[in-house]
Amino acid sequence: MNAATEPAILVHHLSKIYEVPERDPGLLAAVRSLFRRRVRAIPAVTDVSFTIQPGEVVGFLGPNGAGKTTTLKMLSGLLHPTAGDVRVFGYIPSRREPAFLRRITLVMGNRNQLQWDLPALDSFELLRAIYRLPPAAFRATRDELIDLLEVGHLVRKPVRNLSLGERMKMEIIGALLHRPQALFLDEPTLGLDVTMQRRIRAFVAEYNRRTGATVLLTSHYMADVEALCRRVIVIHHGQVLFDGPLHDLVDQFAAYRKLIVTLSESGSDLSRFGEVIAQDGLRYTLRIPKETAPAVTARLLAEAPVADVTVEEPPIDDVIEQVFAVGMSR
Amino acid sequence: MSGLIDFYRAAMKQAILVQFQYRAANYFYMIGMISEPIIYLVVWSVVAAAQGGTVGGYDAGAFAAYYIVWTLVRNMNIVFTPYGWEQRIRTGELSAVLLRPLHPLHYDIAFFAGWKVVVILFWLPIAAVLAWLFRPTLAPTWLEIAVFAVAIWGAFLIRMMFLWLLGLISFWTTRVAAIYELFFAFELFLSGRIAPLALFPEWARTLADWLPFRWTFGFPIEALIGQLSVAGLIGGLAMQAFWILLGLGLVLLVWRRAVQRYTAVGG
Repeated sequence: MNAATEPAILVHHLSKIYEVPERDPGLLAAVRSLFRRRVRAIPAVTDVSFTIQPGEVVGFLGPNGAGKTTTLKMLSGLLHPTAGDVRVFGYIPSRREPAFLRRITLVMGNRNQLQWDLPALDSFELLRAIYRLPPAAFRATRDELIDLLEVGHLVRKPVRNLSLGERMKMEIIGALLHRPQALFLDEPTLGLDVTMQRRIRAFVAEYNRRTGATVLLTSHYMADVEALCRRVIVIHHGQVLFDGPLHDLVDQFAAYRKLIVTLSESGSDLSRFGEVIAQDGLRYTLRIPKETAPAVTARLLAEAPVADVTVEEPPIDDVIEQVFAVGMSR
Repeated sequence: MSGLIDFYRAAMKQAILVQFQYRAANYFYMIGMISEPIIYLVVWSVVAAAQGGTVGGYDAGAFAAYYIVWTLVRNMNIVFTPYGWEQRIRTGELSAVLLRPLHPLHYDIAFFAGWKVVVILFWLPIAAVLAWLFRPTLAPTWLEIAVFAVAIWGAFLIRMMFLWLLGLISFWTTRVAAIYELFFAFELFLSGRIAPLALFPEWARTLADWLPFRWTFGFPIEALIGQLSVAGLIGGLAMQAFWILLGLGLVLLVWRRAVQRYTAVGG
């Protein structure tokens, strides 16, 4: 395979099964467990396969416990797969070779690589030494990241004096100082306010544009996914339910459309066109099955005193919920 | 190699900065640690006086010298504790450690070595006050001073290796406090911490010679206060080198297994 076309991330029939000790409640069970340890195998990821090309930004979606973080940990070498193959830039992550670790980063909510009592600048300096970055290149990257995240006024404050969002920004800078070519972002905006979320989103997009880095992102905030990812992989109960462009996900799983209708006069009963889910004066919101949406819209225009009508896809959160519902019923 | 030196320089600098952030607290902590050797010093001085002035070759001045140097060696003995590993695993800090392209042993050695630089600076006035109070008999030769200067770092490295090894048990079980306490009990008696090893019976001294504890504690003190011959000084450094290398070998071996286990079962 040509190096230029080689995928950045290759995941082939990947599985991870955790063995979790368990016992019944009570003293007798506790004593019994001393002699006979009972473990339960819990499949966290089951036969997952996907490929990500260099420079792609992919959303990795799924409810809690779907296997997203486990997959990201396997991609970054923190977990050894039970079965299957993983390659990131041709490296086997679980070998944790220094050359591999220099090319990736994993940003997790609980990752703490900053010295609590010192300004972030001091921790950045240590990271420079750990990653053996040339001083001039390090300073250029550091200043660029500080500029992008607009934290120039915060980097000289002890980390303990920063807010959660400010600390997260510092963690992100620390995670990117070595200019990784693959970013594994696990809920990077969790717990942050809307403004901060938006800024981090813009930053990730800009980093991807400037460096061509590959990004795999998990988030519970669909706004993150919509803003950043053209492609999404949906995982549930450890299995891939969908892998493709975000708009295909909406097309495939959104079972209905929303019609927002503004009438020019009152007195019409719109319930015969579809389910009325909201009404505000002359403005109605209708929910109608996806396949009948064009016909219903045409009928509505012909039969009702319509001043304005728009057809909307349902919110992406609703679509994802639908995907999970389908996944559960499989 | 130059990259590693640069890393050690940066990590030690960071440790020094952290220590200076808490300079007052650190100082009070060091002063608080003096009570233990003072109790030993007073007890052994009384015992020596009751036995005609000396016990095991130590008179009051020699005991004072032993326990004043003890205060520095005790501080040099403080390294990353086994309990720290439990926290690293439980809080997920270990993930950040594993994502770095550098063996974490380097970070712990460098960080604690930086801390020691501050400890030595802080210790000097404490030692001056103790010397003024207890009048130690201390007249080291240049060789003894040189051996002591090396031996306190040797002691630090041996203890770093063995406490790291103990800490790695946390990868297999979370109930390791009992094992640590057993280790610390052996260490208390066989290192020279509770009393100079010269006061112990022959069999205990022989046992101490063949275990790592003496080389982390009693040896550097004895080197400075003039209890050892030239052969004893050089031989002691050789024993320290042996225990450092053995500890390092075991750490590298067990660390690999520990990481394999961690990545197999999850954090």
